[in-house]
Amino acid sequence: MTQFTLMDILRNLVFATQWTVILSLVSFIGGGLLGLLLLFMRIGKTRWLPPVVKLYTEVFQGTPLLMQLFLAFFGLGLFGIDVPPWLAAGIALILWTAAFLVEIWRGCVEAIPKGQWEASASLGMTYVEQMRHIILPQALKVAIPPTVGFSVQVVKGTALTSIIGFTELSKAGTVLTNATFQPFTVYGLVALIYFALCFPLSQVARILERKMNVAHRH
Amino acid sequence: MSLIAIEELRKSYGEVEVLKGINLEVEKGEVIAIIGKSGSGKSTLLRCINGLETINGGSITVDGAKLAEDEAHLRALRLKVGMIFQQFNLFPHKTAGQNVMLAQQVVKKTAKPAAEAMARKMMERVGLAEKFDAFPDQLSGGQQQRVAIARALAMEPMALLCDEITSALDPELVGEVLQVVRGLAAEGMTLLMVTHEMAFARDVCSRVVFMHQGRVHEIGRPEEVFANPQTPELQSFLGVNRAA
Repeated sequence: MTQFTLMDILRNLVFATQWTVILSLVSFIGGGLLGLLLLFMRIGKTRWLPPVVKLYTEVFQGTPLLMQLFLAFFGLGLFGIDVPPWLAAGIALILWTAAFLVEIWRGCVEAIPKGQWEASASLGMTYVEQMRHIILPQALKVAIPPTVGFSVQVVKGTALTSIIGFTELSKAGTVLTNATFQPFTVYGLVALIYFALCFPLSQVARILERKMNVAHRH
Repeated sequence: MSLIAIEELRKSYGEVEVLKGINLEVEKGEVIAIIGKSGSGKSTLLRCINGLETINGGSITVDGAKLAEDEAHLRALRLKVGMIFQQFNLFPHKTAGQNVMLAQQVVKKTAKPAAEAMARKMMERVGLAEKFDAFPDQLSGGQQQRVAIARALAMEPMALLCDEITSALDPELVGEVLQVVRGLAAEGMTLLMVTHEMAFARDVCSRVVFMHQGRVHEIGRPEEVFANPQTPELQSFLGVNRAA
């Protein structure tokens, strides 16, 4: 039986971390794009799109991410579609991320004072022009800190994908524990690596929040 | 033909009828003060003329065109009638100059150099030429309101609606804004202003409209309305103001 040194464990964990990072990026970027699309449907002027998006966010925010992963992984399998773990993980996390981001961003759009809508309307701007030149530029400023803050949740959310067999950081931790019988060392390192990923993000969010507050004195 | 003709205008919020059949004709070049207690419907009236509120009955005609709900009609209306708000509502992410340029470029598709020339002219007109590149939060309330006036003027409207434009200002800043409005009146701009500045209304306005409980209660030349109020409601309203 091979002996694992601390360096071996660490090297394997760092190797697996890249999958955590890739999955986080895919989820965050994919979820961001989908969230943006959903945002326009949610705040748009159609009658039936907003309730559809609302239902979507309620469903994804009101069920555990783990269930969503199971449904994506096993559910599609029932229809004879073979879903590899990485695909199920990606789909579920993108949908989940989008559901939260659309609500965060909707709050930011609604935080723009009514007077901004009225002033731009009274100057003759159409809805799209108001959005493009007045509302979204201001909402974007408000949205950056909570959006960066939420990325921490996405990184931690990827840990659950280990359960459907996607080999990211947590899964690598489990495998290494089984091989080394050193759960405390292994999971301790796993936790440290997650912290090393998340801490800078939450710091950036905090700094941005302070900066934006200064820039957004109104 | 009147520039603005309002006929039997009605507006309700749910069960509450705020405007109960307003009739008003405004000629080109007139300066009209709308006075009355809060809740009498005077701000709502202005907001209806600019299409910020949907109306429940009657009609509003501006320069021969009737107000309609669709975006194209509203846009045409708003190009004729500018509006200035109590809270200034400058765009905080743009400089004063950009505030004045933006709608020209976006709505009228004016090329940037022409829009900038117009913006500088209007900033000059409100006495703020040197504040062109300042952001709104670097300006005093009075300066912000003057930028808002410049912004509305840059669209070259036929009439301006002023909704309590000095009410959010510190007393010492009221004068500079009224000075600008006085200048506009002298140049022949059609103005409809909801105001609590009675002295200003008396000096500058051609007619005063007293609103009470959603109706035009009394209307006339300022010297008549202020010196010889006909109804007890106006008498008590002016009395209250005199006492204050």
